[in-house]
Amino acid sequence: MERVPILKIGPTLFVSIQIDLQDDSVLQLQEDLAEELVATGAHGVIIDITAVEIVDSFIGRMLAMIGSISRLFDAETVLVGMRPAVAITLTELGLSLDGVRTALNAEKGLRLLEGRT
Amino acid sequence: MNIDSSQGQMAAFLRDNADKVLARWSELAAAASAARSAEAVRAELSDILTLIIASMSDADESAPGELRAALAELSRSRARAGSTPRETALSVFSAKDAVYELTGGTAEYLAFSRMIDDLGLYTFETYAAAREQIISDQTESMLELSTPVVRLWDGIIAVPLVGTLDSARTQVVMEKMLEALVTLGAEHAVIDITGVPTVDTEVAQHLLKTVMAARLLGAECTISGIRPQIAHTIVSLGIEFGDIATKATLRDALAHALQRSGLKVGPA
Repeated sequence: MERVPILKIGPTLFVSIQIDLQDDSVLQLQEDLAEELVATGAHGVIIDITAVEIVDSFIGRMLAMIGSISRLFDAETVLVGMRPAVAITLTELGLSLDGVRTALNAEKGLRLLEGRT
Repeated sequence: MNIDSSQGQMAAFLRDNADKVLARWSELAAAASAARSAEAVRAELSDILTLIIASMSDADESAPGELRAALAELSRSRARAGSTPRETALSVFSAKDAVYELTGGTAEYLAFSRMIDDLGLYTFETYAAAREQIISDQTESMLELSTPVVRLWDGIIAVPLVGTLDSARTQVVMEKMLEALVTLGAEHAVIDITGVPTVDTEVAQHLLKTVMAARLLGAECTISGIRPQIAHTIVSLGIEFGDIATKATLRDALAHALQRSGLKVGPA
């Protein structure tokens, strides 16, 4: 199983997903992120999915769940760099990812979080 | 007598009388399609007759294929020149009359007649296929033409929709809009539905999907150009646009988008 690294930049955790997401790597990311949030007390999470070309309903739901988990630690999740095809797939699946915010790219995502932290 | 040998005999007969057959055939064919001169018809048919003889005598393996290609070309060029498919088919069928006059109703003639029927129908088929092609090309270019994405301001794009929204078009609109949002780095999109004649639950559903997809990218969508009758329909159908901003005109939507981007337009 490939592991997704979590980077801490200031008060923000930065996760860049560069692999084809498998179910178990997403579950692992969820756990790692929760632990990291506790350890660092970060108030924002940026998940960059520029490189992700394929999502399914499970991964969509897990992304939303990451948002809900982060909220419990008083951190806001911003999903950045989603590809149009991925957005279309998620809407067709009926997932609107209510718990997470979205931004076009990492820079805009950081700016979204700036207001908070 | 089997078909093969009668075909062979017919081929021999046609080869010997090629000039006479061609002359009579051209004459009849020219009479069938009034718009074309006798010489032009003769030039077209002479190639075809040569190929008919070649494919009937089985001497040349590639002859039947070439014959079909020549007929397809004839059918296409005639269609472009404005002939009806009936005229084209009739001019092929008139070969039967020409040969009948020379041979009488023999068994060889029957085989020949069957072949000509087949060829005549083939021109019809080609005509229909060419038409289908034109129609599908036009449908495609209409889809392309009817969904422009325009840049209104830095970070603000507009998608003026004209015509009925069905699932196929929504798909194209959605893809183009999302693509533009990403490439231009735009955070606001205005979907203008002034040109959409009716909004029913299905169209509304399509619009909502597009807005949702844009949100997932991190962009905000405004729907503008809702006319009074359409507002009435939307409310009577109980369609909820939820927290999606809707504006009466493109102007209002642009003002809203500018305001959200922290910009203001005032007198210079």
